[in-house]
This record gives sequence, structure tokens and C-alpha cells, in this order.
Amino acid sequence: MTPVVKTVNLVKIYSDGAVPVPAVRGVDLQVEPGEFVAVMGPSGSGKSTLVHMLGGLDTRTSGEIWLDGKRVDTLSESAWALLRREKIGFVFQFFNLVANMTVGDNVELPALLAGVSPKVARERRESLLAALNLTERADAAPAQLSGGEQQRVALARALANKPSLLLADEPTGNLDSRNTRDVLRLLGEVHKEGQTIVMVTHDARVAALADRLVSLFDGEIVDDGRIARRRSRTAGEVIDLR
Amino acid sequence: MRLHLLALLAKEPAHGYELKQALEQTFGSAYPSPNIGQIYVTLGRLEKDGLVRAVDVEQSNRPNKKVYYLTAKGRDLLTTWVDEPTEGPRVRDEFFMKLVLAPLTGIADRMALINRQRRHYLSLMSDLNDLLERTPPADRVAILLIEGAMLHLQADLDWLERCQEDLA
Repeated sequence: MTPVVKTVNLVKIYSDGAVPVPAVRGVDLQVEPGEFVAVMGPSGSGKSTLVHMLGGLDTRTSGEIWLDGKRVDTLSESAWALLRREKIGFVFQFFNLVANMTVGDNVELPALLAGVSPKVARERRESLLAALNLTERADAAPAQLSGGEQQRVALARALANKPSLLLADEPTGNLDSRNTRDVLRLLGEVHKEGQTIVMVTHDARVAALADRLVSLFDGEIVDDGRIARRRSRTAGEVIDLR
Repeated sequence: MRLHLLALLAKEPAHGYELKQALEQTFGSAYPSPNIGQIYVTLGRLEKDGLVRAVDVEQSNRPNKKVYYLTAKGRDLLTTWVDEPTEGPRVRDEFFMKLVLAPLTGIADRMALINRQRRHYLSLMSDLNDLLERTPPADRVAILLIEGAMLHLQADLDWLERCQEDLA
């Protein structure tokens, strides 16, 4: 099977300042179709830079990036824009919703841009809004929503065109625990349906949904392995009430 | 305290008072100053279990002192302690002991310990996610309890990251 993501000795050095700052230092990462990978590490470890490069939002200094078997690090900005529209969903810590469109249209737009029929785009919009408890907010403007609601809209939008790859950078950074539960449930569902996900997060609840954890430190992968699934247990076995 | 003493003895043989000093120096104010009597009692039990071996050393003008050596059996027990994942929130200081002591002995490096522990915590969190999913919303006490456990676990993970930044 062709991996959805493959990087070869990927390097990013920021040289805007007086001293060049290496952010990512030789990352080899391969993500198989349907895999859910959580990326964790201290701030400054290069995790955001890494997923931004995977989405073409930041250019690499050296190394290779492959998406769905196609080399993409050499693409022009406009070719990247096209690729993102068709293949990549992106959720950021800050939501980047289109301010003068309704919530519903924000969610529907990517599917329409990707060439899905209006009927299918509408169905997808409705099921996503329902899954995230946002049906009643469909006609509101993004500015009328709370931070938590806007974040859920951003997630719905990222999933609207069923991308080959969902990239997320701290997608639950602004959510209270109830909103987080809706996001967790939806991520769990789309993952079960085969959605490939690469997600930077500090939130252990979200990271624990992943199959695999990649830990970054100083721009390098220092750990890469499965998150063990244990047999389901009862509360008494998991929580110690001493 | 048994395993902490074994870890110190894995670094070098010592007598009881040196172990007390080593604990104080290694942990500073983070560790309650150990009672010397408790250390000798513990060493006696470790000797009885074959985990350490005591050798009398003659001293001029003073009674003999006992120097303790780690036995192969003691080292095995220590290795098992270092290698097994540490339990969740209530006993997290156990992991900190591993983190501070294990590298001194050359048994394990901190980066590996931290990485393994991080994955262990996430697997515990995954249990809690499942449990939360299976708990009816009306059962609010149970949900709060699970969320409490999740927050503890999140704090442990954040702290693990701090340890990594400063120690690894």
C-alpha cells in the first residue's frame, strides 16, 4: 500500500533572524492509509513546523515530502493550493473561518471547491453539523459563535471533502470538556471510517485516540510507537479512590 | 525505600550513613530526610532477602562498619523495577525516583524512560476515553471522577514534558 505521507530526511531551518534556527532536523516519517498519528513534544520541538510543511503551508529547507505516492515538496504555491483543496483538510488552533459566510456555508465550501455535487456537499454539511451539535447554528455568522463552536466548525470544514489526509494543529486548544467530547467522538468516528489523521496536540484525551505516537524533541523524532490498547475495564479498575 | 537503596548501591557500595547522605544530596529538599534507623532496618531486610551483601570493614579506634554491595539478585530486582511501566497518578513519585536514580546507575537513560512513560500514560488515557464513552451522561459522579482522573493524567504528561526539557 502506498503511504499517505512519507518524508525523507526532512529539514527546516528558519534563517530570518541573525542566527539560523533549525526547527526540524532530519525527520523520516511514514503514515499508512487509515492511520491516526499523534505528534507530541515540548514547545519549540518542531511539531507545528512539521505538520505545516506536510500541508504545504511552510516550505522545507531540504529533504522530501511525498503525499499519496507523489512528490510534493517541489510543487509551486498554486499547485499546493490545488492539492490542499482536493486532498488535505487542515484544522488550526485558530480557526480561520470565512467571516462573511454562514457557518453552514463555511462547512460546505471545501466540498464544492473540490468538485463534489451540490447535493452530496449539502448532505455532508448536514451530517457533520449534526455530529458536532451545530445544526442550530448553521445560519449564524462565525463571529456570533463561541471559541469552542468556531473550532468545531473548523473541524467540520476540514472533513467536508473527505480528504486523504487530515492535518490538525492543537485542534482542541480552545475547547471546554463538553465541546472536546463532541470533537473526540467525531474524530473517533471518522478514524474508524478510515480517515488518515496526523495531529499535533498537547491534549492527552485527543492523543489517546491515536494508534501511534510520534514524539519530537529538538526537531528530531525521539520516539515512534504504538499506543497500547488494553482490555476495556470498569471504573473501579482504572480509578483508584484512595 | 528498598528499591531506592538498591539503586544507590548499584552505583557504588556504601554504608548506611552514606546512603542517607546520598539520598539527601540527590533529592535535596524534594525528599523527606530519611531516618537512619529506617535505612539500617531496610538494609537488614535486603540482606536477608539476598539482594545486598554486607562486608565488615575494620576501622582503627572505632567499631567495624558494614559496607553493603548489590548482589546479582538485587540488580535483577532493580532492573525489573526500572523496566516495568509505572502506575498512574497516585504513585507518580515512583516514576520520578526511576527518572533520577536509574541513569546514575547506567541501567537506563532518561529519554527512554520518559518516552516509554508517555506512551503508558496515553494508553491509560485511552482506557479513560473508553470508560467515559461507556458511562451514561446521567451518572454525573462517575463522569466527574473520570474527568478528574483525566486531568491528573494530563498534568502528569505536562510534567513529563518539563522533565524532558530539563533533565533529558
